[in-house]
Amino acid sequence: MEQVKRVVFDEERCKGCELCTTVCPKNIVKMADRINSHGYHPAEVAAQEECISCGLCAMICPDVVIRVYRPE
Amino acid sequence: MKLVAGYPDSLTEKPFHYCPGCTHGIIHRLVAEVIDELGIREETIGVAPVGCSVLAYEYFDVDMFEASHGRAPAVATGVKRVHPDKIVFTYQGDGDLASIGTAEIIHAANRGEKITTIFVNNAIYGMTGGQMAPTTLVGQKTTTSPFGRDTNTAGHPIKISEMLSVLDGSAYIARVSVHDPKHIRQAKKAIKKAFQVQIEGKGFALVEVLSACPTNWGMAPVEAVKWLADNMVPTYPLGEFKEVE
Repeated sequence: MEQVKRVVFDEERCKGCELCTTVCPKNIVKMADRINSHGYHPAEVAAQEECISCGLCAMICPDVVIRVYRPE
Repeated sequence: MKLVAGYPDSLTEKPFHYCPGCTHGIIHRLVAEVIDELGIREETIGVAPVGCSVLAYEYFDVDMFEASHGRAPAVATGVKRVHPDKIVFTYQGDGDLASIGTAEIIHAANRGEKITTIFVNNAIYGMTGGQMAPTTLVGQKTTTSPFGRDTNTAGHPIKISEMLSVLDGSAYIARVSVHDPKHIRQAKKAIKKAFQVQIEGKGFALVEVLSACPTNWGMAPVEAVKWLADNMVPTYPLGEFKEVE
């Protein structure tokens, strides 16, 4: 399947620490209302089209939750 | 689409057991990324400590040892001397390296053992419940210093990087932090250098990484990294203390 999203979160690994939400230059990383199976609110990016693939969220994530892609 | 930030090959798929916002996870990832980039995964042997990162051998997808408390540099010395062609690293916290293991790290550095040590300093004992460590800041409240660390009875924060940099056996000593992306990038650079120093056979290399412990500091993760930047960095100045050409 072709990769269409720029930022992908492995929500089951997320512990809801919110560090990624503080470093996004576009301020589009938000905490979701839903919870994962561990009871944490995972981080998410709804506005994928605003993402610039800078990778800062993935860089500060302590749980290797985030994969970031850039269009070729 | 091209992957710009992904999951390092040198980490297993197992989710970390660390508390939310614990920066151990960032440091694990940086070490794994460096091992990937240097292409040394099949040659690397790690030594895990006692402390929160006691289960590090579950996360690094390389050959791993588990040392008793503070003795990782001694175990690594043995491994490296038996396998001089392998890359050997220890991953230790401040309770492990700067307290019970002080003798081991000083003598490993002084002998110039060709190993790499990742020293995670979060100014507190994490696993045992937030007691005062030798690295605890002056005035910092912990479960065993409820009124703050008092220098009259508990002394001053121990500065391992400065101590080791004056020894003739050490080849590369640096202190970095992981409180924001800029410093995380610098931390990765330093960790990479510390492995390269070993590959080139120059001597002992240590990177001290200032790390946050939100749970035992009693803070939310976002507050904790800010506290790290505002309080730990002034006490523990960042930079490269020694680099042998």
